[in-house]
Amino acid sequence: MDIQYNEAELAFRDEVRAFVAEKLPKEISDKVKSSEHVSPEDMITWQRALYEKGWLAINWPEEHGGPGWSPIQKHIFEEETAEAGAPRILPFGLNMVAPVIIKFGTQEQKDYYLPRILKSEDWWAQGYSEPGAGSDLASLKCRAERDGDHYIVNGQKTWTTLGQHANMIFVLVRTDTTVKKQEGISFLLVDMENTPGVTVRPLITLDGAHEVNEVFFDNVKVPVENLVGEENKGWTCAKYLLTFERTGIAGVGISKAALEHLKQIARNEQAEGKPLIEHPRVAERLVELELELMAVEMTNLRVVSAAEAGGVPGAESSFLKVMGTEVRQKISDLYRELAGPYALPFPDLDVGEDAFGPEFSASASSTYFNLRKLSIFGGSNEIQKNIISKAILGL
Amino acid sequence: MDFSYSDEQRMLKDMVDRVVADQYSFEQREKIIKSDTGYSPEVWSQFAELGLLAVPFSEAAGGFNGGGAELMVVAEGFGRGLVVEPYLSTVVLAGTFLDAALGDDAKAEALEPIISGEQKYALACYEPNGRYDPFWIETTAQKDGDSYVLSGKKAVVLGGDSADRLLVIARSSGDNPGKNGLSAFLVDGNADGLSRDGYTTFDGHRAAEIVLDNVKVGADALVGEEGGAAAPLQYALDRGIIALCAEAAGAMEVACDLTLDYIKERKQFGVPIGSFQALQHRMVDMRISLEKVRSLALWAACSLDAPDAERRQRLAAAKAMVSKAGRHVAEEAIQLFGGMGMMDESSISHYAKRIVLIDHYLGDGNYHTDRLIDLLVEENAAA
Repeated sequence: MDIQYNEAELAFRDEVRAFVAEKLPKEISDKVKSSEHVSPEDMITWQRALYEKGWLAINWPEEHGGPGWSPIQKHIFEEETAEAGAPRILPFGLNMVAPVIIKFGTQEQKDYYLPRILKSEDWWAQGYSEPGAGSDLASLKCRAERDGDHYIVNGQKTWTTLGQHANMIFVLVRTDTTVKKQEGISFLLVDMENTPGVTVRPLITLDGAHEVNEVFFDNVKVPVENLVGEENKGWTCAKYLLTFERTGIAGVGISKAALEHLKQIARNEQAEGKPLIEHPRVAERLVELELELMAVEMTNLRVVSAAEAGGVPGAESSFLKVMGTEVRQKISDLYRELAGPYALPFPDLDVGEDAFGPEFSASASSTYFNLRKLSIFGGSNEIQKNIISKAILGL
Repeated sequence: MDFSYSDEQRMLKDMVDRVVADQYSFEQREKIIKSDTGYSPEVWSQFAELGLLAVPFSEAAGGFNGGGAELMVVAEGFGRGLVVEPYLSTVVLAGTFLDAALGDDAKAEALEPIISGEQKYALACYEPNGRYDPFWIETTAQKDGDSYVLSGKKAVVLGGDSADRLLVIARSSGDNPGKNGLSAFLVDGNADGLSRDGYTTFDGHRAAEIVLDNVKVGADALVGEEGGAAAPLQYALDRGIIALCAEAAGAMEVACDLTLDYIKERKQFGVPIGSFQALQHRMVDMRISLEKVRSLALWAACSLDAPDAERRQRLAAAKAMVSKAGRHVAEEAIQLFGGMGMMDESSISHYAKRIVLIDHYLGDGNYHTDRLIDLLVEENAAA
């Protein structure tokens, strides 16, 4: 048993660090570290840098442009980039639709879409949830009817993250209403830009942000060659996508960077004549978060190490999702608390309104409320517990 | 990075599991707890034969040179079986103290009675006024010619009721709080002026209140350097914390397994209660708590040789997590068992008691959270 990285792993870590130091622009990492708005251009800049290095599609097979890394290497990469303040990699193309295309798509689909995803030429969105189909995803109603060489799609998707920037969307649609709900679903790729009848409307969340959208389909004609896998077998694709490669799901790197930032804030900000860190309640909150985060970090490493030894992380990733998101939410809560009275001003920074109070406080409340989403999306934490109950506990 | 056991570690695990399976059924354990000694001389000599009493000692001391991982393997097995043998007191605390404090020849001689199973030792360190602070020592050691005279009180000395010899930590100089000036003496359990009140603890172990009233010992009773006991004491306590955290992980694992089995079998309203989502999610939360303890116990066990701040952080984190997550598992296990969780005849109640009370050995959650805050303060001063 050895919990230390070996020499090769350390050398790889150094290689990642050197790359990040050279290629990640400081103005972007500064924004990420202080929870400021990261623009689509910032994300694309970073993705292009990774693409040029061959490090963008870390979960893809080598034949399609993946780097051929082991689970430990992937973990090191994810941790190092997150701690350095790299923007997140948009998952919808790279880690969601691409694995499905690789596994279930036709050669034409692979040849066309995969290089475009690698080069960040397409911005993908996810068309899964509907107003009536959240945790019970299979009850979705968005309809696709065959009409010659096309499907005619009618219905609505919602919670479409960053859909306002997307030109492509993968959509789960109902193609058979007469069978069991899981058996009448298909997986379609829709060109949002060039197909009439697709409307994207913003949904403004409680933090004032425009991050998610609803997408309406009104007699949208989609060519049949945009079907992935077989008709009515879309649920298989959907499930595959939801379980694909989730060792990074715990977000340990992000939480570590955030906790370091919190410590720095607690050293810099004063209350009653002394730094916040010298206030016993603040110190206690910091070490309690550190304790919880250490537990997530080591649990994550244990899962990574098991994957390295050939075990496939299955329902274990549900443990990591619950543990990791709980810690991230607690960390965001402490940001809000450390902001004190300056958690109150609610300026619209995007239109140039002035911020008040210490710099970090401008986003403290919005980040806290925004991150409530963590325990809701990607399969709510309650759904994760259902998965663990069935798959691991046999209940 | 590779978290799997080596062949040797796997053999060690199998060995411990076998002894525990053979010797520590619920009924056997009850009998051992109620016996005069509170441990089983037969099991103890079996431990000796198997070499278990030498696991954490250096080769020079006649040991197997086991590190934190080996100690963890042994203690986890003991935790799964709720073993009450005086392993922590004799081997882990007193034994590793001697290993750390003495030179090569002296340690081999001093540890021989422990490794062979002939004698049991106890570490008499903590005091009523020091609570969980091992360095708060009011017991005095006064030099009297070639001898020392020891006077003071020792609180809840684990294994102190029947130990053949006591490793007494006394202050030969300096003031509280202070690590300098602490000395260790190996004192015969029946020495003149030494009295001990033994008792059974809530979790089935044995301990004693010990009073030293002008106990006179020769210069040969001094272990290591006069005034130099703090370092070996820390060495021994670190290993004690590893053992306790690993034991907690083992006991929590069984508590989770027993509870899971129970909610699958127990029927109410015509169905197994494990079919209710309210209970399923609580069961999942128990498993999450178990994973947290496993992870931090493992991290601590592999950090004994890490730089000072990292070692201290990981030990304190593991013990603090045992406090929090252990209590969670114990309380939920009782709740999910319902009335049966309240019964002395149910093994789950004994697991719950051990898991909760492990918090009270070698510093509880509050104590170790304070140690994490110490580190934060040091980090702050350096920043």
